[in-house]
Amino acid sequence: MSATRQICTFLLGENLFGLDVNCVLEVIRTQPVTKVPLAPEAVYGLINLRGQIVTAIDLRRRLDLAVPAEDHPLKMSIIIKTPDGPLCFPIDDVGDVIEVSQDLLEPAPDTMTSNARKMIDSVCKLSSQLLVILRSDFSVLAGV
Amino acid sequence: MKALALQLLPSAYHGCTAALPMTDPLQEFFIESLENLEQYDAGLLVLEKNPDSPKVISSIFRTLHTIKGTCGFLALHKLEAIAHAGENLLALVRDGSIPFTRSIASALLATGDAIRSIISELENTQKEGDGDYSALIERLVQLQKPEASPSQHLPAPSAAGPETDQSVAEAELPIESKALEGTIRVHVETLDTLMNLVGELVLTRNQITQFSVAQNSAPLQSAAQRLSQLTSELQDRMMKTRVQPIDTLWSKIPRTLRDLAELCHKKVRLRTEGGETELDRTVLDAIKDPLTHLLRNSVDHGIETPEVRIAAGKPPEGTISLRAFHAAGLVTIEIVDDGGGINLDRVKARALERRLITQDIADQMSERDLINLIFLPGFSTADKVSLVSGRGVGMDVVKTQIEKIGGIVEMTSTFGKGTTCRIKIPLTLAIIPVVIIGCCGERFAIPQSNLLEVIRIDQNLVIEHVRDVPVARLRGNLLPVVHLKDTLKLAPVSPPTLQHLAILNVGARQFGLVVDSIHEAEEVVVKPIGRALISLACFAGSTILRDGRISLILDVFGIGSQANLLQSNTQSAANVKPVDASAEKSTDHSDLKELLVFQVGGTRAAVPLEFVHRLEEFPRQDIEHCAGKCVIQYGHEILPLIFLAKVMGLPETMADASIFQTIIYHHNGHPLGLVIEAVEMIVKEKLETRTTGKRTGVMGSAVIGKRVTELVDVEEIIRIYAPEFSEVYA
Repeated sequence: MSATRQICTFLLGENLFGLDVNCVLEVIRTQPVTKVPLAPEAVYGLINLRGQIVTAIDLRRRLDLAVPAEDHPLKMSIIIKTPDGPLCFPIDDVGDVIEVSQDLLEPAPDTMTSNARKMIDSVCKLSSQLLVILRSDFSVLAGV
Repeated sequence: MKALALQLLPSAYHGCTAALPMTDPLQEFFIESLENLEQYDAGLLVLEKNPDSPKVISSIFRTLHTIKGTCGFLALHKLEAIAHAGENLLALVRDGSIPFTRSIASALLATGDAIRSIISELENTQKEGDGDYSALIERLVQLQKPEASPSQHLPAPSAAGPETDQSVAEAELPIESKALEGTIRVHVETLDTLMNLVGELVLTRNQITQFSVAQNSAPLQSAAQRLSQLTSELQDRMMKTRVQPIDTLWSKIPRTLRDLAELCHKKVRLRTEGGETELDRTVLDAIKDPLTHLLRNSVDHGIETPEVRIAAGKPPEGTISLRAFHAAGLVTIEIVDDGGGINLDRVKARALERRLITQDIADQMSERDLINLIFLPGFSTADKVSLVSGRGVGMDVVKTQIEKIGGIVEMTSTFGKGTTCRIKIPLTLAIIPVVIIGCCGERFAIPQSNLLEVIRIDQNLVIEHVRDVPVARLRGNLLPVVHLKDTLKLAPVSPPTLQHLAILNVGARQFGLVVDSIHEAEEVVVKPIGRALISLACFAGSTILRDGRISLILDVFGIGSQANLLQSNTQSAANVKPVDASAEKSTDHSDLKELLVFQVGGTRAAVPLEFVHRLEEFPRQDIEHCAGKCVIQYGHEILPLIFLAKVMGLPETMADASIFQTIIYHHNGHPLGLVIEAVEMIVKEKLETRTTGKRTGVMGSAVIGKRVTELVDVEEIIRIYAPEFSEVYA
């Protein structure tokens, strides 16, 4: 019996991603976002989380995923906590919290672009599809 | 995959932002030791002046003893050894076996520094580090022998000893102040979190108040009113928890000063007044560096050496006084020294030498304007003047830092008597008054401290262009204009029917910012913009408005530099003017000047008439080429020709003309031809030069005859395009 990890899963387009459940603070409906002029493209904006201003990062742009030309609003947001402060990721939908065994985890394929590769903790071979687990690191995810 | 709500308690979120409680005994030891070491340093300095104060000795002895004891308990052997050696030495002093000397003081101060560096090492790496302190321990042991340094005995406190008699000394040393009873240590982050929550409470209060008005129910309204009062008071009290007396900053100064004075071989004593003045801790953090810098200047350049002082009839020991007080909603901090003062003639000479000002301007400058020259960026590198009389080192940095937090720096000086530097800063950075403006459907906040006025853009105020640089005329002055829409690259919405020009000041410079709409003025709580966006210089922070929406606070410095407005340019004399001439005084510096106005490359330009020798027309075929330059025979001389349109980067409309209009310009008494398009007129105007972006050969722009005219910088053109000419004849 190998060790297991609890992963909070979510959808960006058709892609299934996961974050360690221990770093996930909450999942909320996406709040009104204040755009930040001159900010990098991946910065979605700023949200007001009970008086704290949290930067929202568009993971699709950080992970080089296709962003539809007619972009639809991302209606849910995952808030994570990191030692460097919280971050908000607008997502399409939140999934289950699943328990995955360490055996099922593999590193990201070598052929991935280096930018996205840095953000990936491991890839989990679920029976139905692959789950990409992201690193819960402020700098890596926010790209600073 | 269906959405599945992930329930996490909100409290978990607060848990992550609030500081960890200080349960770690190691952490507690660090904080306590560092605090004690501050008193330890202060105590040693008192002892140095006044070796015979048993209370102070036992206080610093206790500090070392506690550190030693705790180290043994925590198995920190290196630290223990150092503290032990120091303690042994102090024990002898305490028992009166050896006298307290300057070298003992230095060794014990070094002990404190060593303990500090080990502690910081421990905090960062959990290890004591590989620093070798055996030399220090050896020194401490050596000093325990009574004959170690007989020559350096400090004098017993005599009646002549100035302000530090024993009672003062001991009163100044906060030995286990009674005020500490009934206080607890709270981490600053905890307070910040509470501030956030109070801010949210205020928003909720506002919503409730709105509902209660709509509900038209008396009990609800009275409850809402009470909620409103309580919330306001809570917010007030919360703000006050973040203030600290300025003494927390000042307590470290005596040590700095001692080291500095020793380094410069000077004698300095410090007086402080108003140390209880309270300031927000963010402000305290922000003024720490500028204050240290000013003190360093005072010791290094202000206070003279004892010999010089005696010769000047002053006491050998210089005095630096620090004063802090509240006035007009601001905190004023004064740094006064009784040193040599600023030699204005040297300042003027240096500024001329470095081409920061021209002789003309220099002659008209008031004393105050001259002192302000030392705040110019170019001045700071003047190492010579700083040794003799100046104060130049990094004063521009001090000024920038203070202005960044909405403060101002003033300097007054009497040559030979001393210098006073006055810093005025806001009480808090956490809450600032702002004006909310709208642009392209977004809202931004501009700090009121940067906002001078707002003018509607209509037929009375139009945006004109000097080439492609937008400017506006404001009461006869030319003001560079920046479009917020362009600077922030905002996505355009439908063109606004009405636009406004916000006049902003950055230091002593001004510029206009074109925005769409002006909303209300508000007092807002400034929040950091977040680590991910910290690199954006255009924003000073963010805030949450009354309706709960986030608004970005514009950084006027950042906007200005983003628009290339604030490039400091030390070459052009015109650039100095906006710096030293405050708005109401600017007319004093500009005089009635005769100008020759002409057309060149489709632009209107002007040169001072006094240098214009005559106006000539030359046929094209008379132009000859010599050493790659265009020249023409003129009387007995060879006249070099400079095509103004070309050097100013303007379209060369004259390329195929058969006759060249030429201004014969006298440079150092020798003629030079400036080829132009057509002479327009000669005017006598009061010149109000405005810099509107630096271009070659242009000093600035001015309104002449109600039209924008560029002032040609002939000296610069000659320097660049005919250097051999200026060298040969000069």
